[in-house]
Amino acid sequence: MSFVGTPVRRKEDPALLSGRGRYADDLPTPAGTLHAQIIRSPHPHAEIVHIDAVAALAKDGVWTVITGEDIRKMSDPFLVVLKAPVHQWSLAVGRVRYVGEPVALVVAESRYLAEDAAELVNIEYRPLEAVVDPQAACAATAPLLHTEAKTNEISVRKFSYGDTKSAFERADARVALTVEFPRLSFTPMECYVVVAQYNAADDGYDVLANFQGPFSTHPVMARALRVPGPRLRLRIPPDSGGSFGIKLSVFPYIVLMALAARIAGRPVKWVEDRAEHLVAASSGPNRITGIEAAVTKDGRILGLRLDQLEDYGAFLRAPMPGPLYRMHGAITGAYDIANVDAVNRVVLTNKMPASLIRGFGGPQLYMALERLVQCIAVELGLDHLDVIRRNLVPAAKMPYRAAAGSLYDSGDYPRAVATAIGHGRLDDLKRRRDVARAAGRKYGIGFAAVVEPAMSNMGYLSTLLTADVREKAGPKNGAISMVTVNIDPLGAVSVTADSTMQGQGHETVLAQIVADQLGLQPDDINVVLEMDTAKDQWSIAAGTYSCRFTPGTAVAAHIAASRMADKLKDIGAKQLNVLPGDVELVAGKIRSRSNPDNAAPFGRVAGTSHWSPVMLPEGMAPALSETAQWAPELEPPSSDDRINTSLTYGFVFDMCGIEIDMLTYQVRVDRYVSMHDAGRILNPMIAEGQMRGAFAQGIAAALYEEYAYNDEGAFLTGTFADYLVPTVSEIPPVEMLHQETPSPLTPLGAKGLAEGNCMSVPACIANAIADALGVKDVQVPATPRRIHALMEGSGR
Amino acid sequence: MRRIDKDQRARIRLTLNGRALSAEAEPRMLLSDFLRHSLGATGTHVGCEHGVCGCCTVLIDGTAVRSCLTLAVQAEGRDVRTVESLAAADGTLNPLQRAFQNHHALQCGFCTPGILMSFTDYLARNPRPSEADIRDVLSGHLCRCTGYAGIVSALLEAAGYRQSSESGSKS
Repeated sequence: MSFVGTPVRRKEDPALLSGRGRYADDLPTPAGTLHAQIIRSPHPHAEIVHIDAVAALAKDGVWTVITGEDIRKMSDPFLVVLKAPVHQWSLAVGRVRYVGEPVALVVAESRYLAEDAAELVNIEYRPLEAVVDPQAACAATAPLLHTEAKTNEISVRKFSYGDTKSAFERADARVALTVEFPRLSFTPMECYVVVAQYNAADDGYDVLANFQGPFSTHPVMARALRVPGPRLRLRIPPDSGGSFGIKLSVFPYIVLMALAARIAGRPVKWVEDRAEHLVAASSGPNRITGIEAAVTKDGRILGLRLDQLEDYGAFLRAPMPGPLYRMHGAITGAYDIANVDAVNRVVLTNKMPASLIRGFGGPQLYMALERLVQCIAVELGLDHLDVIRRNLVPAAKMPYRAAAGSLYDSGDYPRAVATAIGHGRLDDLKRRRDVARAAGRKYGIGFAAVVEPAMSNMGYLSTLLTADVREKAGPKNGAISMVTVNIDPLGAVSVTADSTMQGQGHETVLAQIVADQLGLQPDDINVVLEMDTAKDQWSIAAGTYSCRFTPGTAVAAHIAASRMADKLKDIGAKQLNVLPGDVELVAGKIRSRSNPDNAAPFGRVAGTSHWSPVMLPEGMAPALSETAQWAPELEPPSSDDRINTSLTYGFVFDMCGIEIDMLTYQVRVDRYVSMHDAGRILNPMIAEGQMRGAFAQGIAAALYEEYAYNDEGAFLTGTFADYLVPTVSEIPPVEMLHQETPSPLTPLGAKGLAEGNCMSVPACIANAIADALGVKDVQVPATPRRIHALMEGSGR
Repeated sequence: MRRIDKDQRARIRLTLNGRALSAEAEPRMLLSDFLRHSLGATGTHVGCEHGVCGCCTVLIDGTAVRSCLTLAVQAEGRDVRTVESLAAADGTLNPLQRAFQNHHALQCGFCTPGILMSFTDYLARNPRPSEADIRDVLSGHLCRCTGYAGIVSALLEAAGYRQSSESGSKS
């Protein structure tokens, strides 16, 4: 009997359903807390000539107005892995580079007062020419965002794996395509919250924020504040209202409010509003990919060439340019392609800085790769699904070393595809298409196959640097997860972990894992996931991102609990007068296997270390607390730039039918089937919730959401009336299918699963649109305006 | 009618979840801020402050309203109910809340209070809505985590279409 693998209801829910959540803005603030309002740039690119705060400062209740000059004196620019002269502080210094960039901070006794005073601050700007288009920004004549860098294209790296040149020479045909992936965010319903204090006595900062990690950003913040890490005490509240990658980017505001607290001499609280969030919080990067395949006449891909130009907006923020490298080892996707060349280019433009977002580089890569596979089928006159199947990594090759270095740990991709199209599902799709087309309607079928990485190798980003530079900087690799299991004097069990939670159900899953090892019920396990960097266990890999929970934190919990169980069995053996091998932890008891009547309550035995260490077996350390550090083997990039970017690799295969409304030009998703193999499933109810959530965000990216700028750099999607988050009416039904091929690399066998549909859905729907209209260039989100233009352009 | 100058703070009295309460506020103060910061009822969440997302939905005299589009003074003398009123005093969830737990209808839980309050009102007036009706009302709320499927299932259970599913009753 095991709780892992069963749909245990969530421990989190009763509080959240009763209004008893503890989100950052719900928690008490220190006496005397002041409130901050940020004044933001109305210009995409301008010099700051003068800031006049006299009238604002004269207002009752206003404590201070802080500018970039104040910040520059007190703090250092944020560290970035790429050594380029692109300096960013928490307020604009001298120049603004995107609409919404923080320029000044008003600190007052209430938020209402701070907003009033902000209107009295007079800022004079000298506008500069802005550049929004990433390709235009690469031109020698483009306006420079950072003059010291002398270019906007701040990184160009070329990679070569196998012998791509000869693959192209011996190919029967070449198929090429250019695709663009837009900017978007998944806009968590709770915006950023920061409450900062400064303690002059120890020159330390104490900050509460709904930060999600990765904790590799903690040293970045501490360095900016010019304090050693322990003097930036970061606390993360028990509940957070969604994140999807976005709440990493609260970090510049953590630094800003920390400095404001120091300047004001009082605690400072800031709650971001939705208008601020949409214009400046964070965005996924937009990418233009030129991709070309060398193929045989039956559609076998011999080699690939990619040119990826990724637009990070006005600044590169740690850990950027992550999305361009996170998928790097798996750049050949689900396909067995031995030869690949890639050029990765990073460009800066006058847009909000891009950063983490669910899918993290996957949607961009697969939009190019999966569109290419569809184009190969069209141009060679083959069936799209046949081309996919002809190129999939065969099950016999697992574990499979991909050309650029990823080690696909397990899976049976062809069987997953066969299952998905089976039971008449594909026949039904084709029948629906044929009926629609016979009636003169526009109907298309799309497919997408993606490999979904989980738990990033901390060394992946250093692939950005050349092997020589990496050598000098020292190796970066691995990914550590940490969990602690504690026993209190009455034998009650509590758990802390290195993940932050924003609704993923970690509390429940950790309770399942620990309960299994200790023979208890999940309700018996108290899981405390609020985080305090001064007291809790964490490594640089900590946080919740890139699906690290299942292959990382969950494994650490399993190890910590099993070690605790082993100790308790030894203690129990002594008390029950049996051999340790004869002891089991079952149903809240510690008992003899051979004689189950010889038993003691769990709590009585578990509390022994508190009450009577002398009763412990000879030489045993007390069983009060077990911290496990799970450190799977993940190598740094090799000298020839191969990198196993993640620990586990799941698989998703999607298939859909869409119809285009001939009057409104809307894309209607008629049928959608999504097949997942994420290894062992820890809680099927929570897993399904994660997949459906990712699916909805995939639909959003495919059809609705885009952060839009005009050519001059004005931001056009500043409200939820302009930035279209799908409601229930926009999310089509989806049939979810599962296959479980456990990972051999983790004791639980579980892989990540919460990002796959963010990666697969935009590509699958774009393929279906291409099929419906017989067009090659499909831009997402495929809005009615774009579909109309496509149909006009193609004369259909 | 009571007149308050725009710069004058005034005591606003209302009934919150059955208890008479009052606090000082400026006339411009939003009801959402008043509930959260003046009266300490933090279960009501603020997601957009422009009336689109529905997180801040509360009941005024039994009718669901956006508290971010309502001034605190407009609630003067009214009966306001928030998510804190739904469970029994001992914490026992009501059937609507239980349905949400049964169907994994929430992840981060930030949008949930608003949805619960909308449907507390709606189901009281329409005890047997169709699924289409339920989807129509739900479309006034944004949820970024769930993809809505679990929420629709939970609302169907609350509307009596499904047996209370204790599928995940192991915990």
